[in-house]
Amino acid sequence: MSKHMNLTIKVWRQKNVQDKGGFKTYKADNIADDMSFLEMLDVVNEGLTKKGEDPIHFDHDCREGICGMCSLYINGRPHGPKTAITTCQLHMRSFNDGETITIEPWRSGAFPVIKDLAVDRTAFDRIQQAGGYVSVNTGGIPDANEIPVPKPIADEAFNSATCIGCGACVAACKNGSAMLFVSAKISQMALLPQGQQERYQRAQAMVNQMDTEGFGSCTNTGACEVECPKEISLTNIARMNREYFTAKFFKEEEMH
Amino acid sequence: MGNFKSTFSSTLGKKLIMALTGLFLCTFLIVHLVGNLQIFSHDGGKAFNEYSYFMTHFPPIKIISYLLYASIIIHAVYALILTLHNQKARPVKYAVYEGGKNASWSSRNMGILGTVLLIFIVTHMANFWFKYHNDMVPFVEYRTSLQTGETTVKEIPASEFRDFVKYVDNGVEIVRAKDLYQQVSYAFQNVWLVILYVVAMAAMGFHLYHGFWSAFQTFGWDHKKYMPIVSFLGVWVFAVLIPLGFAAMPLYVYFTK
Repeated sequence: MSKHMNLTIKVWRQKNVQDKGGFKTYKADNIADDMSFLEMLDVVNEGLTKKGEDPIHFDHDCREGICGMCSLYINGRPHGPKTAITTCQLHMRSFNDGETITIEPWRSGAFPVIKDLAVDRTAFDRIQQAGGYVSVNTGGIPDANEIPVPKPIADEAFNSATCIGCGACVAACKNGSAMLFVSAKISQMALLPQGQQERYQRAQAMVNQMDTEGFGSCTNTGACEVECPKEISLTNIARMNREYFTAKFFKEEEMH
Repeated sequence: MGNFKSTFSSTLGKKLIMALTGLFLCTFLIVHLVGNLQIFSHDGGKAFNEYSYFMTHFPPIKIISYLLYASIIIHAVYALILTLHNQKARPVKYAVYEGGKNASWSSRNMGILGTVLLIFIVTHMANFWFKYHNDMVPFVEYRTSLQTGETTVKEIPASEFRDFVKYVDNGVEIVRAKDLYQQVSYAFQNVWLVILYVVAMAAMGFHLYHGFWSAFQTFGWDHKKYMPIVSFLGVWVFAVLIPLGFAAMPLYVYFTK
């Protein structure tokens, strides 16, 4: 049997980008501890809708922890108090009856608030578009294992590729830096043979775009690594630094 | 040149400058500590004063010392530039922030620790470097008999002192030097200065606890095999041993002189 609890939630409400916004407090009563955090918000929103009030806007999509759409800065931490999960995978049993929960949007100049808790993360898309791809000519399907890749390298590339681009790294970082995201995207291709042709061009272009978007600068606190729902490691940032400095100091002739 | 300019104006390039200057200052700490250990020798400060003359007059070391002053300034200025940039990256702050849940205290307070260190460096240089270079220290003469090895120490008036000399006359080695050792002994009679030094060395310990390995991470020198060695050196040598060694000096002088 699931337990039920009564909670108070302090939620950031903001009409649009221009609005100053502020906190509003709501009651979340009779919440089952088996509910996910987003389901709790659904219950609160149902109540608000019935009363004719504007429901709380928040991002969500798959609710399976793989799409990277849900965000929420809960009680001072991105995706709430647990590690290696997204907010949709956070359950109400992680909270206590009678608790007050503060919910804020990701705070970053590069992630403007669209409404309430939903932020605009297209800055990440623009960084990806700057170089987070491989140019391949379409043609016949290549044979499997035609290009051999050592297993540890393939694993490492796969780990980097698990980044879902949710932005928790930016939200967690005291400097609002996006380096964990950018480094994961650079790494996944720098490690594999298919990514070699555009390797140095990519590192430079993606870092440039990251700076253009106005993200902060890394001070190696490691907060991003702790809060990342996919456990992307700080090693990726070291690799990005290596890729970028190699590109800038030694590989200028390979860039365009 | 355009390429270098764009590199060092990027967020990564500015980090690189922080790492380069920071590590250079780390290497200086080793030299400074080893040299200053002479403060513990019981020779009336002879070895210490000869060493300080050497450090201020040997040309290669003079060049390095200018690099050092530049590094301190560049490190502090870039820290300020980066901090302002990072604050701009988050214009609206969080109402609830649990920084301690995901990052070490040192790593989140490098700016405060660095500010303590900058205040310390200014005080330190005003007390010793400035006074030494402007003849605001006492002067001393050491006469060592080459047969018995016995040394007599005598303070000499400023009017008798021209420049550092070291010569042998009638079986007696005579050294005349600026008595920085006496200045050190005098300065550390002030308990507040001793406290400032001990606090500053604690700050340095915490600063390097995060700073040393952080520089390697910024260079991209991250390797499964070697990073544990870097972390070990960062913690035990740079965050513990070196600050303890430095902090011992004012304490030793205060309690023994």
